Amino acid sequence: MNNIFVYCEITEEGTIADVSLELCSKARKLADTLQTKLEAIVIGSNLQNLEAQLYPYGVDIINVADDSRLFPYSTLPHFDIVTNLFKEKQPEIALFGATSVGRDLAPRISSYLRCGLTADCTSLEIGEHSDAKSGKEYKNLLYQIRPAFGGNIIATIVNPETRPQMATVREGVMKKEVYNATHKGVVNKLDVEKYVTESDFCVKILERHIEEQKINIKNAQIIVAGGYGVGSKENFKMLHELAELIGGEVGATRAAVDAGYTEGERQIGQTGVTVRPKLYVACGISGAVQHRAGMDQSAKIISINTDPKAPINSIADYTIIGDVCDVLAKMIKTYKANTK
Amino acid sequence: MSYKIVVLAKQVPDTRNVGKDAMKADGTVNRAALPAIFNPEDLNALEMALSIKDQLKDATVTVITMGPSRAADVIRESIYRGADEGFLVSGRAFAGSDTLATSYAISMAVKKLGKVDLVLSGRQAIDGDTAQVGPQVAEKLEIPQITYAEELVKVTADSVQIKRRLERGVEVVEAKFPVLITVHGSAAPCRFRNAKRVMQYKKACTISEQQEKGMDYSDLWNQKPYLKIEEWTAEDLNPDMSRLGMSGSPTKVKNIENVVLTQKESVVLSDKEEEINTLMKELISSHIIG
Repeated sequence: MNNIFVYCEITEEGTIADVSLELCSKARKLADTLQTKLEAIVIGSNLQNLEAQLYPYGVDIINVADDSRLFPYSTLPHFDIVTNLFKEKQPEIALFGATSVGRDLAPRISSYLRCGLTADCTSLEIGEHSDAKSGKEYKNLLYQIRPAFGGNIIATIVNPETRPQMATVREGVMKKEVYNATHKGVVNKLDVEKYVTESDFCVKILERHIEEQKINIKNAQIIVAGGYGVGSKENFKMLHELAELIGGEVGATRAAVDAGYTEGERQIGQTGVTVRPKLYVACGISGAVQHRAGMDQSAKIISINTDPKAPINSIADYTIIGDVCDVLAKMIKTYKANTK
Repeated sequence: MSYKIVVLAKQVPDTRNVGKDAMKADGTVNRAALPAIFNPEDLNALEMALSIKDQLKDATVTVITMGPSRAADVIRESIYRGADEGFLVSGRAFAGSDTLATSYAISMAVKKLGKVDLVLSGRQAIDGDTAQVGPQVAEKLEIPQITYAEELVKVTADSVQIKRRLERGVEVVEAKFPVLITVHGSAAPCRFRNAKRVMQYKKACTISEQQEKGMDYSDLWNQKPYLKIEEWTAEDLNPDMSRLGMSGSPTKVKNIENVVLTQKESVVLSDKEEEINTLMKELISSHIIG
């Protein structure tokens, strides 16, 4: 079996992005199941300490393309390097972060290689598949699992015939776990000139303004999250009040973000951030599977909802039946009274 | 020199604000309760295309959409707002297309238009959120791509400058024509319908729609050919048929599962202050908060 590849993104600080290390952790497990090797592709400028960053996560081969023109990211040079490398090495599986880079690059690669790509997977597994039409049996396929439009439905997607089997995964969905602190691999330096042409640099980056990350819900230990049921931007202020008081951050469902109640950076779920806080207070959230995918591993869940039958209640440790604003006000009041 | 600008647009079920009315008792979404709408970010793309047209002399905006016959709504709506013409790509050959087969069909439709200077589309459609079709069409047309466009900074006779919205900031890039641009929802909203154009084009329809209505528009179309929305089937695109629809889609849905929620033992409380007080005390004493 051919190897598994992870496209590793480089942050503004010059390190490997968390989402890429999370993917390496997952890909290592897949590689062990398939008894194959894990390869990383790192493309950037003046890259440092790649071995120390990647080997502990189980990477066996680091493919490096280092050239001053390769950072910041631009589509075509990265596209040419990855596709040419894939043509040489014929990967079995290729994983990308579902970031503004991965979601720009992976579809173009899949189009060129004419292979299947599944966006925003929430789980990846290895399994068998039999095609109902042709009766053909497949072993060791990548199950690309993601919620599908329509509520509480999870779809398993496979690419039986095309390689690599490609998928993107959001940051935080997979767990970053050190595989073996003393694991060692090899570095494969790529001759950049062989892979890119001058015309790849036809889109010129004129200026960049990268800001500090203001909202960080990924690492928050307490999250007070609101859904469409919160009702208004005004009502969302109550969530902020409680969050601030108990040392948490405010999260939201997609419906709340789309309705303009709060910022997109706060979105939790399949197309937002995945979180694992010790306390998750779900306010006016019905609990569509896309949202639950991003928070169901929270240690404790409190649901506040007027609807006793809201799906979220069934994964909640506590369900408070009532109006969000009214209940939040009482929580704020009783918290203050008990911590004096 | 004339310019051709193409906008790729999609009709989608309105999955935003899925309120109680659209939720079934089992917690799934009742699709029938969701209206079919112009994919929101495609409207941002249409606006960017129209503003480029405003700045270039002698440019036309052509809308391409793929879907069933009712998707012609997207073309009429675009024309009301200032697009010059539209083509509906439709037919059973396209059924079951994943993003790869879709991008192939759309790229063949764009190629049928001849020389194209700019292609714009929304970043993603709200019914799938994959954001794959834009970059895939760019690859198939062998032109560069600029994704996540938030602002049209500058247009010259042969290039555009675009501000891109990234996770943690923005960047301004410049590219010569031809290039494909996918437009982010934070870009300028689309201009409103123009009342004159609504009057002029409200009868515009496709042959399929004419048949569905049981009407004969042949005289009208002879007099006013601009009222006929061209419909392209697979044959019109002269494609490799094996790359369309199901057979052109490498991704297969292995299975779909209804999620059975593993019932936790949820403690149900009322909104009485005493009960909330007890809960808060418990959270504090177990060091979850405080």
